[in-house]
This record gives sequence, C-alpha cells and structure tokens, in this order.
Amino acid sequence: MIERYESIIVDITCRIMVPFIQVFALYVIFHGHYSPGGGFQGGVLLASSMILHRLSLGHEASYAKLPPRRAALFGTSGMFLFILTALTPLVFGGLFLDYSYLPLPGLNPVELRHYGILIVEIWIGLAVFGCLVVIFDRLTERKW
Amino acid sequence: MKYFKYLVLVMFAAVMIYATGGLSTPGDPSSPASGHVSEYYIEHAVEDTDTPNVVTALLADYRGFDTLGETLVIFTATLACVLILARSTGHD
Repeated sequence: MIERYESIIVDITCRIMVPFIQVFALYVIFHGHYSPGGGFQGGVLLASSMILHRLSLGHEASYAKLPPRRAALFGTSGMFLFILTALTPLVFGGLFLDYSYLPLPGLNPVELRHYGILIVEIWIGLAVFGCLVVIFDRLTERKW
Repeated sequence: MKYFKYLVLVMFAAVMIYATGGLSTPGDPSSPASGHVSEYYIEHAVEDTDTPNVVTALLADYRGFDTLGETLVIFTATLACVLILARSTGHD
C-alpha cells in the first residue's frame, strides 16, 4: 500500500504535471503518423502519469481516479480490440491485419490503411497503459 | 517422465542453435532482408499507407503481425505478474 506523501510541494507539482503528461501521451499516440512515437510510447507515458499520481497522492485518492480493476479492463480490452481489428478484414475478404478491408464507409484503401494504423495504435496504447498500471498495482498493493 | 521436461528443453535448444546457422550476418547487404523488401517499404510506404513516418507504417501496417505479438508479450507478462504475485487475502 502506498501512503500519501505529506509534502505540499510534491502534492502540487504532481497535480500540475499529471494532466500535462497525459496530454503529451495522447499527442504521442495520435501524432505517430508524423513524428516518432506510437501506441507503445504513448501507453507507457499514460501509465507513468498514473504511477506518478499513485506515488504522490497515495492509493486512496488514486484508486478513486482509476480503480485497479478498471486498469485491468483497459489492458484486456485494448488487447481484445487489437485482435478484433486484426480479424475484421478476414470477414470482409481481406488478409489478416490488412487494414484496407476494414468496413469504414467513404474511404479509399489508402486512407483505410492510414486510419487503420491510427486505430491499432490507440488499441496498443490502451493495452500498454492498462497492463503497466496493473503490474504496478500488483507490486504495491495487498489485495484488490 | 521426470526428466522429460529437460529432454524437451535440450531439443528446443538444439533446434534454436541449428536455426541460427541459417541467419544472415547483421548488416549484410546481400541478405534477403536488405534486398528488395526494405527497398519496397521505403519507396512505397507513403503512397501505400498515406503515412509520412515510415517507421510507423512499417511497424503497424506491413509488420502488424510483429506488433500484435509485441502487445501480446506485454499482456502475457502482465498475466504472469498478476498470477505469480497473487497473495492470499486472508492475512497481510
């Protein structure tokens, strides 16, 4: 169990930094087409923001923000949706992981591959975020 | 039967060591990976996927299966962590 760190400086600094880290994480995920980054890096940034939150504000305040079971739900649903996105083109006549056969209306195959990459990066970010927070929670808490 | 797992491990190691003989030297310009494959990726990534970042197009589109495996590795590591570190809830 993590107790709250009794220091006004740590408290205020972490409260200010956490939202900015999360916004940067979303930027890294969604800007992966144009700059270094992607689902893994953005997911790790999101998880690190939650871990900073847990370390500085203690488990009571942090579990109210993101319960461990919801983190586990994020991790498993990200993995599940990735596999689902990979399997969807098989139903619509394409190959495994061939995003140009994704059933999104009004897009040509090149745009479908463009947005397919984005969709998959989001699922990767969700899975990595959930998994790392679950590992941290498992290492630090006594029971769920 | 007790030593069966060691037999499996030794056979797996033998297969792996045998397979390393078929790998090309890293950085070899005449290896298959450095031939037409990477040239195709570099030349066609933008027109195929509309993605200026070739690394992203490679990782998420051309080699999506590899990325799926990577995510699965992290997921499996999490499962192993949760199962190994599971504590009984009866006492602290």
